Amino acid sequence: MVPSSGKNLNVPAPRHRPGEEPEFDNLDIPSAGSVSRPDILTDPKDMYVYANTLIRVLDMKNNAVGVWDPKLSADDLRKGLTDMMTTRIYDDRMQNMQRVGKMSFYMKSRGEEAVAVAQAMALDKKDMLFPSYRQQGLLISRGRDLLDMMNHCLSNSKDNCKGRQLPIMYTWREGNFFSISGNLGTQFCQAVGWAVASAYKGEDAIASTWVGEGTTAESDFHHGMTFAAVYNAPVLLNVVNNQWAISSFQGFAGGEKATFASRGIGYGMPGLRVDGNDFLAVYAATKWAADRARSGGGPTLIELFTYRAAGHSTSDDPGKYRPEDEYEAWPLGDPIDRLKMHLIEIGEWSEERHERELKEITALVTRKYKEAESYGTLNSGARPEVSSMFEDVFKDMPDNLRRQRQQLGV
Amino acid sequence: MSKMNMVQAINSAQDVMLDRDPAVVVFGEDVGYFGGVFNCTEGLQKKYGLQRVFDTPIAEGGIIALAIGMGVNEMRPVTEIQFSDYIYPAFDQIVSEASRLRYRSGGEFWAPITIRTPCGGGIRGGQTHSQSPEGIFTHVSGIKTIMPSNPYDAKGLLISAIEDDDPVIFFEPKRLYNGPFSGDPKAPAQSWDHHLKGEVPEGHYTIPIGKAETVREGNDLTIITYGTMVHVSLAAAELSGHDVEVIDLRTLTPLDIDHIATSVCRTGRCVIVHEATKTGGFGAEILSQIQETCFWKLEAPIERVAGWDIPYPHAFEWEYFPGQGRVLDAIKKVMEG
Ligand SMILES: Cc1ncc(C[n+]2csc(CCOP(=O)(O)OP(=O)(O)O)c2C)c(N)n1
Ligand SMILES: [Mg+2]
Repeated sequence: MVPSSGKNLNVPAPRHRPGEEPEFDNLDIPSAGSVSRPDILTDPKDMYVYANTLIRVLDMKNNAVGVWDPKLSADDLRKGLTDMMTTRIYDDRMQNMQRVGKMSFYMKSRGEEAVAVAQAMALDKKDMLFPSYRQQGLLISRGRDLLDMMNHCLSNSKDNCKGRQLPIMYTWREGNFFSISGNLGTQFCQAVGWAVASAYKGEDAIASTWVGEGTTAESDFHHGMTFAAVYNAPVLLNVVNNQWAISSFQGFAGGEKATFASRGIGYGMPGLRVDGNDFLAVYAATKWAADRARSGGGPTLIELFTYRAAGHSTSDDPGKYRPEDEYEAWPLGDPIDRLKMHLIEIGEWSEERHERELKEITALVTRKYKEAESYGTLNSGARPEVSSMFEDVFKDMPDNLRRQRQQLGV
Repeated sequence: MSKMNMVQAINSAQDVMLDRDPAVVVFGEDVGYFGGVFNCTEGLQKKYGLQRVFDTPIAEGGIIALAIGMGVNEMRPVTEIQFSDYIYPAFDQIVSEASRLRYRSGGEFWAPITIRTPCGGGIRGGQTHSQSPEGIFTHVSGIKTIMPSNPYDAKGLLISAIEDDDPVIFFEPKRLYNGPFSGDPKAPAQSWDHHLKGEVPEGHYTIPIGKAETVREGNDLTIITYGTMVHVSLAAAELSGHDVEVIDLRTLTPLDIDHIATSVCRTGRCVIVHEATKTGGFGAEILSQIQETCFWKLEAPIERVAGWDIPYPHAFEWEYFPGQGRVLDAIKKVMEG
């Protein structure tokens, strides 16, 4: 066989590689406030436009403009800001602690904090969350104690996953937050199942699930879309398009050919494409979809257009495959800066207050971390009972496991 | 000859085959520009171009289906499944399609695909980066399964796998990528530099699929093992005070039962060691075949050392991992039996 002449074979490549100047001139970014807002029960056939634009509320001068402005109270805006700040400070601290060997692994959500925090706020606490591993802001917004989150990451004696899971694979039943899987996309159609059960029982709670844009290639994504559409499930199907999937850019998930939001069209559900770094737009789009689902309108696919500012995980070195300063060139800015500037603009926040808040959150995170360490870390101090590793494989322990536990002598 | 670790040896095998055969292509998640999360394809895209070494969408079922289609159309795809813990979305394509294509089409169609995938624990990867699912695939007729334990074998077997006209799953024990591992996490990390099998020819050579190797000779007892556990077993054999023979299977299916039987019939005692969970594991198959071939020569019941029948627990990695102590206990029991 002769090597390919290659003219009909396309292998995607990102716009820039390390050492090249990043620019995003190709992105079509409509101005804030320019997109209309349909009635929540609009027929999906009349909604194609929303999948191919970008819903934005905060304009370049940090004002909230247009019909998508959710008109949140100043208190709510401040809660959103401080939850995003907490998420970022928490992430930084945990990543540093991984670097010094206190835990095995970590993943940050830097640059994407608005996704989880605004979406959690737009949902009801009774709504069930089926996240991927990059929405720790959901926990923070719902008020989970940072101490418990840390205890899990350290696999210590108070880890509610009992030392069985990698850090960041949280589970929190009390907060209606499903156990995170390491296998990409598996939660997507499970969320549909949860929503179908809610509809079956005649309940008001809806489900919301998240995958990265890279994960939309997995069949689970398509299962979720099909089943949600067929059963008109009250579910929000979120695609966090942060441009990268470890080292491969969104073109390897087909993002160059069509938007991720437009995947909804073929399944007969609305797709909303949202500026994921615009707290207000994320909140508004999520609220729209949640209201639709609760009113019997069925599922919505939401693409959250954002950028993964940090490495994929602590095992990754993004400098190997993308320009180090690509994030600085990202035209949609930073979600925390943008909400902060908006609050300042409307006279509800100040630089001094921001500084004070940063210090307070940092102190809180430090204090919580110290306490968490006192319950052990992966490599030292207290940890869950060794014998507990044989529990919960089944509800009742079968004899073979009992014997194996005996053999281990624990 | 040059010094290579297992990553370099695996890289070199693909390099050699890309160079020799234009039908060979390499693809998988993050294998292109980035060179793979374990660097096993580092530099290959640069050398052979975007069309021969490339990234894929994140869809393991798609990756294997694509490989089958390309294989049917005269190509020889070498795929990477980033972790064997993520092979399950490809299960149907492997089990129902790749493995049976030749059979169901009366020999008209086949797909000469290679599926490389890192397996095993010992790297603090938790339950989704530590599994040893080989036993799930050894149960399937129509696919060959390989798990090398050192750089030299890895390269020779990977070239054989790529040249083989049937589908092959090539499991790479990731704990061995950078050096042999005796099972003691507190011992200083070793490199392949001073290991005999860290000497690897730069060019083309093959190690036949389906051939086991005796890596330690002895007369008292035979340990049958593969992958990471070869090194753990060797360390335990050394400590045991007995004259223990250790066989590295290298290929699981087709199983080299003749090699095994010759040894076990001579020693009369046997311990089978693998990292995968015990129940229904490949050890059970080895054990039955020994029973079929060596029963009248056995001096004691055969022991199996394996992972507990639970998911791989992140915080209890070393209580889960079947280390030297457990191998030693089994040797003792069989010697006293
Ligand atoms: C089934 C499966 N295949 C592969 C992986 C390895 N993996 C972990 S994260 C990741 C990239 C995911 O990218 P994306 O969906 O865009 O999410 P992001 O990390 O950007 O949030 C890959 C390939 C996995 N965890 N599960
Ligand atoms: Mg992504």
